[in-house]
Amino acid sequence: MAASPSNCRWTADAVRALVEPDRVHRDLYIDPELFALEQEHFFANTWNYVGHDSQVPNPGDYLRAEVAGQPLIVVRHGDGSVRVLMNRCAHKGSRLVSAPSGNTGRHFRCPYHAWTFRTDGSLLNIPVKEGYEGTGLAQCESANGVATVKNVRVYRGFVFVKLNDVGPGFEEYFGESLTSIDNMADRSPEGRLEIAGGCLRFLHQCNWKMFVENLNDTMHPMVVHESSAGTAKKMWLDKPADAPKPMAIEQFTPFVSDYRFFQDMGVRVFANGHSFSGVHFSIHSKYSAIPEYEQAMLAAYGPERTAQILSLARHNTVYYPNLTIKGAIQAIRVARPVAVDRTIVESWTFRLVGAPAELLQRTATYSRLINSPFSVVGHDDLHAYRGIQAGLHAGGNPWISLHRNHVAAEDGAPDVTAIGTSEISMRNQYRAWARYMTLTM
Amino acid sequence: MAGATREPHPRELIDFVVGEARLLDEQRYEEWNALFTDEAIYWVPLVPNQPEGLDHTSHLHEDKLLRDLRIERLKSPRAFSQQPPTRSLHLLQTPTVEPRDPERPQEHRVRTVFQYVESQGDEMNTFFGVAWHRIVVDADGALRLAQKRVDLINSDAALPAVQLFV
Repeated sequence: MAASPSNCRWTADAVRALVEPDRVHRDLYIDPELFALEQEHFFANTWNYVGHDSQVPNPGDYLRAEVAGQPLIVVRHGDGSVRVLMNRCAHKGSRLVSAPSGNTGRHFRCPYHAWTFRTDGSLLNIPVKEGYEGTGLAQCESANGVATVKNVRVYRGFVFVKLNDVGPGFEEYFGESLTSIDNMADRSPEGRLEIAGGCLRFLHQCNWKMFVENLNDTMHPMVVHESSAGTAKKMWLDKPADAPKPMAIEQFTPFVSDYRFFQDMGVRVFANGHSFSGVHFSIHSKYSAIPEYEQAMLAAYGPERTAQILSLARHNTVYYPNLTIKGAIQAIRVARPVAVDRTIVESWTFRLVGAPAELLQRTATYSRLINSPFSVVGHDDLHAYRGIQAGLHAGGNPWISLHRNHVAAEDGAPDVTAIGTSEISMRNQYRAWARYMTLTM
Repeated sequence: MAGATREPHPRELIDFVVGEARLLDEQRYEEWNALFTDEAIYWVPLVPNQPEGLDHTSHLHEDKLLRDLRIERLKSPRAFSQQPPTRSLHLLQTPTVEPRDPERPQEHRVRTVFQYVESQGDEMNTFFGVAWHRIVVDADGALRLAQKRVDLINSDAALPAVQLFV
C-alpha cells in the first residue's frame, strides 16, 4: 500500500480528531490534502458502486468507471461473469479504452503499442515478441497482464468494488441496507432491472459530502425548495380536488411537506455509514396507481407479497459512500468526487423488466425534474452546497453541528431507527468515514 | 380566417426566432411563454439524436405548466440560487429556414446555431448548440412556436447548473 506523502500533516490520530460524535471539523470539506488522502485510503477501503450489469449484457461489453481516482473498466467476460480491470496497459500505462462504454470483442488492444489482453486481464499477445527474449519482462508485473480488482460483487445487478484488500466483505459491509436494492429489483414483475433512459451528469462545485449528507437531510426541503416545489403547490391550489394531477405536480409537491411529515417518516441507519429515510412512508408514497402495473405485479407475486413490495416507499437509501438509490421511483445517483470542491453527480434510471412503459416515463420525468443541471429543485440544493463550501472558510468556528436529536446510546450501534428529522444519518456517515479513512493510514 | 393558411416570408420566420431569443435576454418571460401554442414543448434533449422525451430523460422537456412554474419561481424572493440574479445572452448565427417535415406540413422549421451565455456574479458559463424552432401560423395569422428544441453540442457532458432559458 502506498504510504502517505511524508510532508503531509495528517496522521491517523489527527484524522480521527476531526470527527466527534455530534460534530465534524470543516477540514473534511475544504482541505485538499484530506481529499487526496480520501482518494488514497477512504475510497479504496470502502465498497463503491461502479455500474449495473444490464449495461454490459454481452461478452466484451464494457464501461469505464473510476473509484478512488483510479481508472477502471467493468467488462463482461466470455464466461458470463462481470470483471473489473484497471484501465491501464501493462506496458507503459496507457488507458486501454477511452469511450465511456462499448464492446471490445474478445480482447482489449492497447491503442499505443497494440499489446492485447483477454477480458479477464490476462496477457494475450505482444507485437514482435522476440524483443523481450532474455529480458526481465517475464519476471515482472507487466507480463501478468492488466491488473484486476479482486473484490468485486454483483448484487441483483449492482456492481460494487473494493480496491484495497482490507475491511469487511460485501455482505457484512452493507448488511440489512441491501433490502432497499432488493425492493427496487422486486418492483419488477420479473425481479430484474435494466438501466434505461440515459444518464444526467451534473457538475457540483462542492465537496462530495455535501451532496451525500443532504440525501437524508429532511430539515432542508421545506426551506430550500420553497421557491420551486412551493410554487408548484401554490399553482395547483385553486384547482378542484378531483382534477387529475399532472405527474410533475405530484412529484414536486411533497418536497414542501411540513416538519411533522418528515419527522414521522423516520430514518434508519446501519453500520458503515448506510442509511435510509422513509421508514414508514415518504414523499414517494402517494403517487397515482398504475392499474396495469399492479395487475402484472399481482400475477407475478400474489396479493400479499405485492402489497409488501409496493408499500415499501423509502426515500433515499445511501450506500455509503458513493451510491444513493430511490427504490420507489427506480432512480439512482452516483457521487463522483473530482476535487475537494468539485463533484459530478450522475443520475441513472431503470426500467422494471416486465412493467408497463409508464413506469419508465415516471422515473425519467422524476430524474429530469429533480436531477437535471436545469432542475429548479437542483439549483437551490446546489446553491446551499456551494454556500457551505464558501462559508466554511470563515474563521471563528471550525465545526459543523450535527447535534439534532443526538443521544449517546446511538454512537456505534449497528442498526438504529430514529425520527426522520434527526441528523443521525450524517453522524453515522462520519463515524464510518473516520474508520475507513484511517484503516490503512 | 385567411391567416391560418398564409405563407409567411422567410424573413418573418427568421425575425421571429431572433425576437424569441431577445425576449429571453430581456427577461420578458411571460411574453416569451405566450409565443408557444397550448401543446408546445420546450425541449433540451440529453443525448444527440434523441428521438423523444418521455421514455428517455432530457435536461428539459417542458409544457406550459412547467414553463409557468420556472417563470413563477424566478419571482420568488426565496429562489436562493438567483442571489445574485443570472443574466443571459443568446448570440445567434443567421437562422436558416429548413425544408418542411412532410409529416408536419403546417409547420415551418428554422435552424439556428447559437452561443448561449449565463452570467452570475463573477462567473460566466457558455454553451453552444443548434436550436430548432417549429413554427405555425395561428388562427389570427400570428406566428406561434409549436416546439423549441435546443441541441447542446455537449448535452451528455457533466454540465454546471443552467438556470435560465437556453
